[in-house]
Amino acid sequence: MLQIKKLHKSYPIGNTSLHVLKGIDLSVEEGEMVAIMGSSGSGKSTLLNIIGMLDEADSGEYILDGLLIKNLTEKKAAVYRNKFLGFIFQSFNLINYKNALENVALPLYYQGLKRKERQELAMFHLEKVGLTNWAHHLPKELSGGQKQRVAIARALAANPKLLLADEPTGALDSTTSHEIMAFIQQLNDEGKTILMVTHEEDIANMCKRIVRLRDGIIIEDKKINQIRAGQHV
Amino acid sequence: MFRFLFDRDTWQEVFDSFNKNKLRSILTMVGVWWGILLLIGLLGSARGLENSFNRLFGNFATNSVFIWGQTTSKPFKGFQEGRQVRLSLTDAKKVEENVEGIEFLVPRNQNQATVIRNFLSGTAQISGDYPLLDKVQKKKLINGRFLNQADIDEKKKVAVISEDTYKQLFEKDVNPIGEYIQINDINFKVIGMYEVGAINIGSSTEINIPFTTFQQIYNQGDRIGYMMITGKPEYDISQIEQDAKLLLKNLNNIHPDDKRGLASRNLGTDFARVTGFLTGMQFLTIFVGVATLIAGVFAIGNILLITVRERTKEIGVRRALGATPFEIKRQIVVEAVFLTLVAGLFGIISGGWILIWLDSAFGQGDDAVIVNASVSILVVFAALSLLVVLGTLIGLIPAFKATSIKPIEALREE
Ligand SMILES: Nc1ncnc2c1ncn2[C@@H]1O[C@H](COP(=O)(O)OP(=O)(O)OP(=O)(O)O)[C@@H](O)[C@H]1O
Ligand SMILES: [Mg+2]
Repeated sequence: MLQIKKLHKSYPIGNTSLHVLKGIDLSVEEGEMVAIMGSSGSGKSTLLNIIGMLDEADSGEYILDGLLIKNLTEKKAAVYRNKFLGFIFQSFNLINYKNALENVALPLYYQGLKRKERQELAMFHLEKVGLTNWAHHLPKELSGGQKQRVAIARALAANPKLLLADEPTGALDSTTSHEIMAFIQQLNDEGKTILMVTHEEDIANMCKRIVRLRDGIIIEDKKINQIRAGQHV
Repeated sequence: MFRFLFDRDTWQEVFDSFNKNKLRSILTMVGVWWGILLLIGLLGSARGLENSFNRLFGNFATNSVFIWGQTTSKPFKGFQEGRQVRLSLTDAKKVEENVEGIEFLVPRNQNQATVIRNFLSGTAQISGDYPLLDKVQKKKLINGRFLNQADIDEKKKVAVISEDTYKQLFEKDVNPIGEYIQINDINFKVIGMYEVGAINIGSSTEINIPFTTFQQIYNQGDRIGYMMITGKPEYDISQIEQDAKLLLKNLNNIHPDDKRGLASRNLGTDFARVTGFLTGMQFLTIFVGVATLIAGVFAIGNILLITVRERTKEIGVRRALGATPFEIKRQIVVEAVFLTLVAGLFGIISGGWILIWLDSAFGQGDDAVIVNASVSILVVFAALSLLVVLGTLIGLIPAFKATSIKPIEALREE
């Protein structure tokens, strides 16, 4: 699915620069569910953003689905983000003046689908996350968990191969977190590759593999036995 | 390419973002609306003023010149200086035949005389005229008619009087037509009365009698007081003036360099002075209009800038979902153009109302200050397009900025 070799990234801070990723080697196969862990500031989000083509590495090699991601035009990058990648953010990032259905339909709009198809598909995904009755509500009328479910439905709408989630449960209480994790596990069961950043051990244990970062390098990378989210509820 | 314009979602997006930024959008629209309104109001009233000036001058052929004889200031061909030059009908005929570009040539004779009717009397300027005068100095007749060819041929003792003359000689409400007045003890029958225009050359108490009658009673022979020449529209009246004077000097044995032997007054140059003022005023309005438009452009640009900056994060989200920079920019442009167009059209409509109001408030009656205030629709649409294009270009700056940064930077924006 993706291969990363000797990836480096630093941020300029004043005259000096902050070296955040110091040579990351990582490869993820199709169907995996990986948790990226590490203390705050260790570079988890930075790595995920580079994988999501929202940011660019300074050096190193990144191959996504057989394609070398390097110096892509923004137009091409947009197409890849649209086709391959689904994003789930900690702060949901729903568009606040669009209702749940419209939010979910947005990636489909950029795929150039007809309005009717978009509505149907979006409705199908909302149904999947159990929000059929909330389709015409604005984000501000939804709870945190509901918002994140809308965001998941939106990430799924374009049927991406790789789902990227940066602390998807970070803003949610533990019950809701487990509900969300149950969804994500179900998606993984259906074959989606999932990469998520978290610093909660119990959430990480619901994945199939844990990658630990410290000071910009991977200090541990192990496969684990997945704990099903349902068992906690 | 433009299929997106017929896509309901494009407009849904426009509508959504309008709703989201209601105050801003309305402020932008007010800016554009006001700019267009002001432009139409200004240009319209300037045009109205110009029209009213034109109407004041309208009774006169503005491309005309008067020429008359004075005393010479140089000896020439055996003639002494200080000789009184009197132009003649023959001179007039020669000028008419030989000078290029003349439309009408009207010889006139004038004299002051005491006029009596019953127990009323007054002083008036008696003019011996041809019917042609009416062509170059339109008489606004209140009653009766102007002189005609039969009056000339039969040397009739008939008179056309000005309203001011009438007031001197008649009691109120008396119909002057058919009444007799005495000029130099000779009875003349009044056949017409005309209004004196706002701009008048000569006396306002005037009496026009047939040229031939004038010749007879004043024993003028061939002589004329002055000639009035109007040029064809495509000819320069100053050139005609020069040509005619040169010919007249030649005919009357006046030294070519004699500045005093012949005198003339060119209405064209007088008129040009007023038109110059009007042109100046129009430039001023255009200047003010352009300044208003520029202000409008900045209003649009500025508000787009703020809205786009405020929506940076949203733009980041959209890009994460797969929007290309082109799609983002296109949407911003559609929004800007749409708002500007709608506001501009409102401006045009209310500008039209302003002009209608100006017309009803200041444009009625004969002495209206603003006549037929109007603006060329082309100018209005040109102004509107300028607003749209420039406003959009300015709006594109933040749009470019929002799409040139990495999506993650846009997303990080709060
Ligand atoms: N745009 C930026 N400019 C400068 N420094 C940055 C920028 N983004 C991140 N950093 C720095 O890079 C380091 C890694 O940031 P990153 O967001 O990847 O950490 P993280 O592991 O996700 O932490 P957290 O668990 O708190 O989210 C931090 O020290 C952060 O301050
Ligand atoms: Mg982070």
